[in-house]
Amino acid sequence: MSMYLPPEFEVVRSAERCVNCRLCERECSFLVHTYDKKTGRMRADSAKCVNCHRCVCMCPTHALKVVKSDDAYRPNANWSMQTMHEIYKQAESGGILLSSMGNPNPQPVFWDRLLINASQVTNPPIDPLREPMETRLWLGKRTARIERDAQGRLKNTLAPQLRLEVPVLFSAMSYGSISYNAHEALARAAEELGTYYNTGEGGLHRDFYRYGGNTIVQVASGRFGVFKEYLERAAAIEIKMGQGAKPGIGGHLPGAKITEDVSETRMIPQGADAISPAPHHDIYSIEDLRQLVISLKEATNYQKPVIVKVAAVHNAAAIASGIARSGADMIAIDGYRGGTGAAPTRIRDNVGIPIELALAQIDQRLREEGIRDEVSLIAGGSVRSSADVVKAIALGADACYIGTAALLALGCHLCRSCHTGNCNWGIATQRPELVKRLDPETGYRRLVNLVTAWKHEIQEMMGGMGINSVEALRGNRLMLRGVGMTDRELSLLGVRYAGENM
Amino acid sequence: MQTIDANKMESVALNAALRAAGTREIRIGHCVGQRYIGTGLSDCFLEIDGTPGNALGAYLNGGVIRVRGNVQEATGDTMNGGEIVVDGSAGDATGYAMRGGKIFVRGDVGYRCGIHIKAYRENRPAIVIGGRAGSFLGEYQAGGVIIVLGLHEDGRPIVGNFCGTGMHGGEIFLRGSELPARLPAQVRAEEIGTLPDEAEALVREWCSLFERDPAPLLRTHYIRLTPDSGNPYRQLYVGN
Repeated sequence: MSMYLPPEFEVVRSAERCVNCRLCERECSFLVHTYDKKTGRMRADSAKCVNCHRCVCMCPTHALKVVKSDDAYRPNANWSMQTMHEIYKQAESGGILLSSMGNPNPQPVFWDRLLINASQVTNPPIDPLREPMETRLWLGKRTARIERDAQGRLKNTLAPQLRLEVPVLFSAMSYGSISYNAHEALARAAEELGTYYNTGEGGLHRDFYRYGGNTIVQVASGRFGVFKEYLERAAAIEIKMGQGAKPGIGGHLPGAKITEDVSETRMIPQGADAISPAPHHDIYSIEDLRQLVISLKEATNYQKPVIVKVAAVHNAAAIASGIARSGADMIAIDGYRGGTGAAPTRIRDNVGIPIELALAQIDQRLREEGIRDEVSLIAGGSVRSSADVVKAIALGADACYIGTAALLALGCHLCRSCHTGNCNWGIATQRPELVKRLDPETGYRRLVNLVTAWKHEIQEMMGGMGINSVEALRGNRLMLRGVGMTDRELSLLGVRYAGENM
Repeated sequence: MQTIDANKMESVALNAALRAAGTREIRIGHCVGQRYIGTGLSDCFLEIDGTPGNALGAYLNGGVIRVRGNVQEATGDTMNGGEIVVDGSAGDATGYAMRGGKIFVRGDVGYRCGIHIKAYRENRPAIVIGGRAGSFLGEYQAGGVIIVLGLHEDGRPIVGNFCGTGMHGGEIFLRGSELPARLPAQVRAEEIGTLPDEAEALVREWCSLFERDPAPLLRTHYIRLTPDSGNPYRQLYVGN
């Protein structure tokens, strides 16, 4: 028995508007659209549609729309159609469910329950258009001892820092999981914006060495593409211990996706599987982590800050405390709503904790232990807007990583089909005919636009609070109030309920 | 050859002195556990008297490190090229994620030796161990060669448990005819009477480094472990 699964979406074509130009047929890598020679009309196989909206966007006469199918099983609040389909798929195949992008389930988003303060009467707001408003910041250790030379001049004893013009960085997405053109767009945007993009664990393509000053390179358990020059080209090095979308599991890029170019960048043979073990097998303790941190610093003559990236999990605060003592310069924390190019559905949707709670607890723990200045904190895992950035900084982050938001700027429509490798928008694919759809020039400008707009919004929100630098907003939880939260949630976030006074 | 006396020197100071040294040939005397020695070097000949600490020759890119003594953990971590020769024994995680170069150990290695070593183009990493290897030898091996000569007379196994678990490329040669305990189903084992050329050359190199007669090590049987391509590690997925 092979169970027929009714399509989730229906492709609706207006016969009136369709001119049979067959553009939709050429645009769809999932082969939804076909031309029927007999009738001279276009047809659509909705069962193949992933709802990426490529055809809808490209149709010159706007003849197409994709709607949620109204074909439904008998309503059941406990057994949703999605859950039933998952059972059918597993009963059919015996396979582990595989998904892409972040957790889509309606779980609490604490950003949306946090509200930002503004100045009224007793303290003046600041107009960012007319007064200085600082979004520049530095990431790194701030624990330098003050030393003077023989002439009494201050010696620079500060550990290496990353200078950012805006508290937003592009998070790790490897070449392999996303395309060459997507990487080029991210690299160029990072350079223009005065921020950084992150290679992920797939190595650094030689063409992008020139953006090295705005590149964070990743060292993960598979050590793909890691060698001296890779480390030297970068502005900073990130040790990937975990990822919000799939904490505790490794990665497996199948040999079929290791094209010539990807093979060269990862430094593994073409067509060979790229397996990232779940743990770093040389790191079983904070002391072991310290060894990797310091060896990376030794390899780069202590010129590069080292970031340790971990998924937000139950003991996040204790883990962060250990990392802060490992010699690392920054901790990147990735919440459970973070995106991915492929992750087992059950892991993505059930493992880890929300970034808001993890971040607040980590910041508090590091302050209590007097080691907050040992590290900067970068928060990620579904930062969707400038307001999320402001709230994250007020909860204690120094800056935020954005991944999904950046991909959306490049054209992603969140169809969550990255794992198929057929991305119609040229982002999560290595198929050359699809990759070329993403123009790096356009992509880079859209990324610059997005982050520039966020920067202005961050300035406006800060101005409203009467705060004129992101550094002064950091950890300023009095600028936040909560709504629709329990006392426990508020106390974990260190935030008062809306309406409560100081 | 320039000599640096490492006695009472901290790791950072020693490594800074190494980087500052103007010459390519350096001898480190009285080494007492200093870490990260030779990290990322590419064209040095480094001779070390004593016991270097963890992460000796991490990211090594070329050149030679010769240790007149034992080494500790994570020797040759993510090594890309060059050679590390250890007159004594090596600790855990030797040659982690190596992509190129060679490590020769006269004595034993600890746990997790050669994990995730991988070959790429002209780079074929190799580890030759004179004594025995601890558990998890060649775990996740993706390429390159590991040889264990097992030059002990006590008759105990020359590798520990879980040898080759997760192996998906490369070769492991174990001298003798005894299969390692509990080999995973994804690893194929065969007994061979002659080493392939590459492995033979590595054994000869080991012998010339440590002044042993290669003949008895070549006129003997080996167990050769390779991933079973017909039975790979594969998680069955279904798109959701």
